[in-house]
Amino acid sequence: MKTFISILSLTLLISSASFAQSESRKIPEVKIQNINGVPFNTGSIENDGKPIIISFWATWCSPCKRELNTIADEYPDWTDETGVKLIAVSIDDSRNIQKVKPYVNGQDWDYDVLLDPNGDFKRAMNVNNVPHTFLVNGNKEIVWQHNSYSPGDEEELYELVQKLANGESIN
Amino acid sequence: MTLELTNIKKALSLLFVLAAVSSTQAQEKKKDVGEIHGNFDLVSQYYNVDTLIGAPLVDEKIRMNAFSNLIYTKGKFSAGLRFEAYHNAVLGFNDQYRGNGIPFRYASYSVDKLDITIGHFYEQFGNGQILRAYEERGLGIDNVIDGIRVKGSPLKGLVLKGIIGEQRNYFDEGPGIVRGFDVDVQLNSLLKSLETSKTRFSFGASAVSKYQQDNNSTYTLPENVLAYSVRGRLIRGDFSLDGEYTYKYNDPSLDNNFIFKDGQSALVSAAYSRKGLGITFSVKHTDNMFFRSDRNNNSVFNDLFINYMPALTRQHTYNLAATLYPYATQPRGEVAFQTDVIYKIKRKTALGGKYGTTIAVNYALAYNIDTVSLNDRNSSRLGYETNFFGVGDRQYFGDFNVEVARKFNKKFKAKFTYIYLHYDMEIIQGLGGKPNVHANIGVADLLFKLNKKHAIRTELQSLTTPQDQGNWATVVVEYTYSPHWTVAVMDQWNYGNSDPTDRLHYPYLTVGYVKNANRIMLSYGRQRAGIFCVGGVCRVVPASNGFNIAITSSF
Repeated sequence: MKTFISILSLTLLISSASFAQSESRKIPEVKIQNINGVPFNTGSIENDGKPIIISFWATWCSPCKRELNTIADEYPDWTDETGVKLIAVSIDDSRNIQKVKPYVNGQDWDYDVLLDPNGDFKRAMNVNNVPHTFLVNGNKEIVWQHNSYSPGDEEELYELVQKLANGESIN
Repeated sequence: MTLELTNIKKALSLLFVLAAVSSTQAQEKKKDVGEIHGNFDLVSQYYNVDTLIGAPLVDEKIRMNAFSNLIYTKGKFSAGLRFEAYHNAVLGFNDQYRGNGIPFRYASYSVDKLDITIGHFYEQFGNGQILRAYEERGLGIDNVIDGIRVKGSPLKGLVLKGIIGEQRNYFDEGPGIVRGFDVDVQLNSLLKSLETSKTRFSFGASAVSKYQQDNNSTYTLPENVLAYSVRGRLIRGDFSLDGEYTYKYNDPSLDNNFIFKDGQSALVSAAYSRKGLGITFSVKHTDNMFFRSDRNNNSVFNDLFINYMPALTRQHTYNLAATLYPYATQPRGEVAFQTDVIYKIKRKTALGGKYGTTIAVNYALAYNIDTVSLNDRNSSRLGYETNFFGVGDRQYFGDFNVEVARKFNKKFKAKFTYIYLHYDMEIIQGLGGKPNVHANIGVADLLFKLNKKHAIRTELQSLTTPQDQGNWATVVVEYTYSPHWTVAVMDQWNYGNSDPTDRLHYPYLTVGYVKNANRIMLSYGRQRAGIFCVGGVCRVVPASNGFNIAITSSF
């Protein structure tokens, strides 16, 4: 019985996955904080009809920092060429949350940074672990996502950003 | 069991309805009937017996943990559930995780300035020292509250929250009721006159109370225990100052040997940062701050904690530093200090090189609190008196570490780390008779980018100590082929163990494949017994030898 239920749930999961992907998906509205700890509603994430990258990270996550530091070197070119905006959502809890802003400034990142200390936005976006990156099109629809980071992944991401900026579909 | 099955059936029928609704949507398109999204995560291990490393015989041979979240959203309405399965839970998890269940289901909606949640919810007041319901699935921690939450924002800059419910305890709920109220004020949003001020103020206050029936035959215990906290933040330009103070009335429990002393905790942080420089300094005092919704539970698995006590130390990521001697916060009492500095030497300078060089220094200390015993076991049972501004004479932990990271050219990046640790095993791991460990750790993390898609990363790690298991060396070689493939080999070698028969190798091979938000990893080898941490909380992982599969997916 138990196995049956497990298999059933899995089938259901996969079938729901297939139809969910064909539809547009909006950024869920969750109340988190901006980098100064001021309440911020994720429904207000905006980039004037240009693409947005939402990247979940933490100060204790090496691959996350590797990804964001690599993109930081290219970021001025990315924004010039496509108008893309990167929003780095830190899931650090109160152990490290005080270090987020000093880290961001210390690394001289030009990203918008949000704080999600209790994982509310992370949960709403169904993120299992960091790094997890989402790509959002000009209509504020999530069109692509990626888990983990390997050197070179930023190239694939940027190709997709360029497609979006040119008004092409990426699916 | 029947109850569980009924729950599962109910949840599944709900799912079918939602799925049906969404399928119709796929055909009709235009009409908004909402969206379903979710994720899936599975870890399974095949266990070999390995007497050399202490990997025991596992009767089931194979064990597995899995979960899946499904969330339905339509405008301001959202509902969701999580299915969890443990057949049986992988080693290191509490075996109360057993079988299938739906231990998480909720519905919530917002109208105007009001948010209402029924069912399970996660919540944090301030920095969590008074209340934090959260999940760390990889550690088996989940103290979610099942009840009612109401949040409101009657004025811009003002947020009020009220919660009531019971906490999750594996596939059951704890015996206590948790009630809480929180107010948060952002002064610059609330007051027009401060809107453009360069100085930003915010403050907040919380009250949390728990109820648990007194059925203790020896003592008359308080059935209601109240805690309150106040917090404030000031930001001016590049500078910020944060503070939170929490007080808890007497809460005799198994954790504190049923003493009637009140508890308190204070955490103050100051930070300064500008382009290329970040400095943080924090200090913490914690005294008798175990706060669980069951006074008779002192499990090492962090069951039924209402509050969260962050450790003021750097969270290391390199294998030897992260899993042999990590610090765990001591709610019984500790005084801790931490300084963290990050500095980026500018690019295109003699010292900084073409791409700049980052230097990070962190220094953390933790001591016991300064107390005087009252010897009142048979009278008032207050236990001891504390000097709030004092520092005890026993050092629990010390960590001085420096990290230098530099990109030399487009093909080569390197990061060098040095760590000195002082570690009190008796206190932190509860292992009586063990010596204090003094360890020096060095790590070289080298990344060679072969071309656009291929890269090799290596970690060379060394830990030297005359205490405990002696010296260790770790080598990691990771080959990645973006965007899909990873192959990694790791070997940990306890070459300095005082017992020559324990000078063992722990080889481990991993192959991973990623496509978008789906990842599958296969591993085979020996895993050392160690401590696995996420955030500030840790789980002890026993030694194992065998085959491991991990799948994670989101949609």
